[in-house]
Amino acid sequence: MDLVIIKYNAGNIQSVLYALERIGVNALVTDDYEKIQNADKVIFPGVGEASSAMRYLKEHKLDTVIKNLQQPVLGICLGMQLMCAYSEENDTTCLGIFDEHVKLFSPPTDRGIKVPQIGWNNIFNLKSPLFKGLPENSYCYFVHGYYAALGEHTIATADYVQPYSAALHRDNFYGAQFHPEKSAKVGEQLLKNFLSL
Amino acid sequence: MLCKRIIPCLDIKDGRTVKGTNFVNLRDAGDPVELGALYAQQGADELVFLDITATVEKRKTLRELVNRIAHHINIPFTVGGGISSVDDVSALLQNGADKISVNTAAFKNPQLIQELSKEFGSQCVVLAIDTRQEEDGEWYVYLNGGRTKTEARCFDWAKQGVELGAGEILLTSMNHDGTKQGFALDITRELATKLPVPVIASGGGGTMQHFVDVFEQAHADAALAASIFHFKEIAIPELKGYLQGRNIEIRPV
Repeated sequence: MDLVIIKYNAGNIQSVLYALERIGVNALVTDDYEKIQNADKVIFPGVGEASSAMRYLKEHKLDTVIKNLQQPVLGICLGMQLMCAYSEENDTTCLGIFDEHVKLFSPPTDRGIKVPQIGWNNIFNLKSPLFKGLPENSYCYFVHGYYAALGEHTIATADYVQPYSAALHRDNFYGAQFHPEKSAKVGEQLLKNFLSL
Repeated sequence: MLCKRIIPCLDIKDGRTVKGTNFVNLRDAGDPVELGALYAQQGADELVFLDITATVEKRKTLRELVNRIAHHINIPFTVGGGISSVDDVSALLQNGADKISVNTAAFKNPQLIQELSKEFGSQCVVLAIDTRQEEDGEWYVYLNGGRTKTEARCFDWAKQGVELGAGEILLTSMNHDGTKQGFALDITRELATKLPVPVIASGGGGTMQHFVDVFEQAHADAALAASIFHFKEIAIPELKGYLQGRNIEIRPV
């Protein structure tokens, strides 16, 4: 199987590559349109800031490439947020694959809730083959200050400040707010599930 | 619910794990990659690798080690020790580190924190602070692995660090480190309740109840320990079971 990880100006891309290697799958990290378009499956990872990432994607015409992909695509963390319609992070118009909006966590100041959320949180209301074999309330590793609100494309929910989208799905596009590549066995199962979609 | 995190810390010297008592008397506790993978399998939530002899010549060795760790370990990890530039951090992140921690270099050049958080995001910038409570009751910042005292107060420096973009504080009490008498609850509580970022408490964890105390009484977001894990005095699955029994939100093993 031809698996491609999209290379752009965001961090954490190597970690995804290594996680795939651990489950015995090789992937190509590339920003070459043809290779992305012709891949069997595409992973769109990333840790970083939304507006500079969108600017980079547009400059390299990767925005159009990603939107028009027909094969299964998995966005991770910033990748998932960039697949949404809009992000409050520096007022950024994103790819619009999912209608959901990305907002900043704004906890009431007296509750001692930290932003960004860093650590393991449980995911529930799991509604996709992406979660095959994973029980409700599986724990995943999250690192994010912005979140996608719940919406019609939500396929998993997490709760931090309020319930929000831990994962999204529309047609061939999937997104995970957490990091499967860092979520121990749970993450490995999810990556395997994505590869067998 | 977001879980409290248990973080084994692996001090690295010449590619091997070491842990001293009060920063001296190093003992060898094995290969960092093997030990890290074992902890991950046992249910550690994150790992911290601190290169305690980071010198310019050794940096390439550290990068290679980080790369090997990233290949083998399926949970997040932080790398620290001798990091003083954007280039250092870039190399470690490219080799698969999730976060880096800065200490002495950031104190000497606070702008470094801002540069790092702008370049890589606050989420990967951990400000490590070694602190000691003096006779006057104040907590002072120490540098160079605890060898150099400064006049800065721990809370003030932590607050400034967060304002500059640090996404997490790794707080080590030198009074408690290596004593196994419990974490420094007061200073941990002050930082954890007054700062808007997570605080990792370090130094003094000796019993499972000490972990309950640092989470419940000091509101730490994570607790870090080394020798009690390395020398199997407390096993992570046992610790997590204990915390769960005390109704502390943790990720079950």
